[in-house]
Amino acid sequence: MTLLLLFNITNGLIVGAFYVLMALGLSLILNLSNVINFAHGGFLVIGGYIAYALSPYVGFWGALLLAPPLTAVIGLAVERVLIRPLYGRDPLYSLLLTFGLAFMIEDLTRFIFGPQGKPVAIPAFLAQPLSNDLFFITGYRLFMVAMVFVAIALLFVLLRYTRLGIRIRAGTLDLETVAALGINVGLLRSLNFAVGIFLAGLSGVLAAGQLGLEPTMGTGLLMPSFIAIIVGGIGSLPGTLVGGLLIGVASGVTAVFFPAASEAVIYVLMAVILLIRPRGLFGEEGMLS
Amino acid sequence: MTATSSRKLIVKLTVLASIWAILLLAPYWMAPLGGYTALATRVLVLGLAAMSVNFLLGFTGVLSFGHAAWFGLGAYGTGLTLKYLVPSTPLAVIAGILLGGVCGAILGALLVRRRGVYFAMVTIAFGQVFYYIAFQWSSLTGGDDGLRGFARQPLDLGLFKLDILTDANSFYYFVLFCFALAVGAMGFILRSPFGHTMIAIRENERRARFLGIPVERHIWIAFTLSCFFMGFAGALYALVNNFADPHGLHYSQSGDFVMMAVMGGMRSFWGPLLGAAVFVVLQDYLSSITVNWMSFVGLLFILVVLFFPRGLLGFFQRSKA
Repeated sequence: MTLLLLFNITNGLIVGAFYVLMALGLSLILNLSNVINFAHGGFLVIGGYIAYALSPYVGFWGALLLAPPLTAVIGLAVERVLIRPLYGRDPLYSLLLTFGLAFMIEDLTRFIFGPQGKPVAIPAFLAQPLSNDLFFITGYRLFMVAMVFVAIALLFVLLRYTRLGIRIRAGTLDLETVAALGINVGLLRSLNFAVGIFLAGLSGVLAAGQLGLEPTMGTGLLMPSFIAIIVGGIGSLPGTLVGGLLIGVASGVTAVFFPAASEAVIYVLMAVILLIRPRGLFGEEGMLS
Repeated sequence: MTATSSRKLIVKLTVLASIWAILLLAPYWMAPLGGYTALATRVLVLGLAAMSVNFLLGFTGVLSFGHAAWFGLGAYGTGLTLKYLVPSTPLAVIAGILLGGVCGAILGALLVRRRGVYFAMVTIAFGQVFYYIAFQWSSLTGGDDGLRGFARQPLDLGLFKLDILTDANSFYYFVLFCFALAVGAMGFILRSPFGHTMIAIRENERRARFLGIPVERHIWIAFTLSCFFMGFAGALYALVNNFADPHGLHYSQSGDFVMMAVMGGMRSFWGPLLGAAVFVVLQDYLSSITVNWMSFVGLLFILVVLFFPRGLLGFFQRSKA
């Protein structure tokens, strides 16, 4: 029983770390540009399939290094052409556009790579369990969590210490003033969007190694990321971090006692938190309300 | 002054009369154009759903992206009643409306303080709750396979029986009757003082608040009404297919409804019906010619947003002005 619980908590943390990676990208874009990026799961799929296509030539490590920036470049192009014209308009329109985009990405991936799942080979030493007692902790799972933490650490360094990051944070609070100070807001939004999509691409590669690839995998990961953001509080990146881990562990623990509800429990958690704290755990009064 | 306003009234009445004439005669002109009556029935039902979404989106300015939940609940309410409780079409429809509307009212109370993207995200997430329930509770709902094993029942009108089960035309007119009831109620509400406060909230929420309108309560009422209409549409949809499936509650279905409203024209009363007609016919046609119809539907979303944000009716109205 203890082992089972431990297994599920570990699993929950791993899954949660994954939601965090997705949700941070979504959250970045939402906070600065007021765009709910429905196609975020689609970009995750693109990242995964780029890794799949590259790995025969450059190996797993090469794919891990190359796929996220390539995904970010695609994201940048999409932002320039499709999303930029919508910034001044009601958020309804960017929501609908990215919604349609998610349809297209899923369908085109199926068209190009086929509907069957594709495995991505991971280095042999990562596929081994670390010990016989804790059979479920494979090297790859630890590696995934480590990568997520590295990515989060880098993101926080970016946001806290670089000029770009400081401008992103300032823009989240008051974009008009940032624009009035002579900063190119269009460029800022593009770069911010690219950073968000980079994180989606990274999630895609990591997911590909663990779960294999399917054209529909992005859709399934999108909703938990939404809930991570809502639970943590819209407008707060630390909130998103806590929210993601929380729902991961919650669904992991529920899987022990009541497996059928392991997916529904995150919605219950969200409802309870919204009842107690309508703005989410770390949400601030007045943010995006 | 009076001449122009009476001319406006005549134009309005003519438009209204022609809309109803087109709808009343649909079974007769659809077939020669290559359509079929069942397609017209689907347009009516999905049109009602899109108009219900627009009741909130276009007239109160509140974006709910989870309205498929109330639609799907209406469908399940109707299907479950027919299957397990009573074999009566009217009672089943009422059960569907109540299930969708009451669940919407309860959740609505939790949501009304949110606005904008926050409201959209929370409605999407809560809508998915019902999707998971329908998906997981297979013993009751049939899970992923959907709820089968029920059929709409002939209507007993006392003097005669109306066979809506096998006669496609009778069923169309039954749905049209229900559609007229719902749309009539919607129009009546929008013309009432309450309807005017909805539009006031849409135009300037802060000002409405200063005028003493209890904004939260009014948004909640508008949301709840819209959920009841949505439940009605869902109930009819279960009758159309003799089937209810979890996909009807999924957020991608909500996206389709919002798209129909936007494509037809959010600011007009009839726009969403036109949007639904175009959407349904296009989807029907695309899925018959290509397996990649999803890409084309996605492309349609992108093109409408970029080039037709005011929708078809908005486009016409603008070019007239």
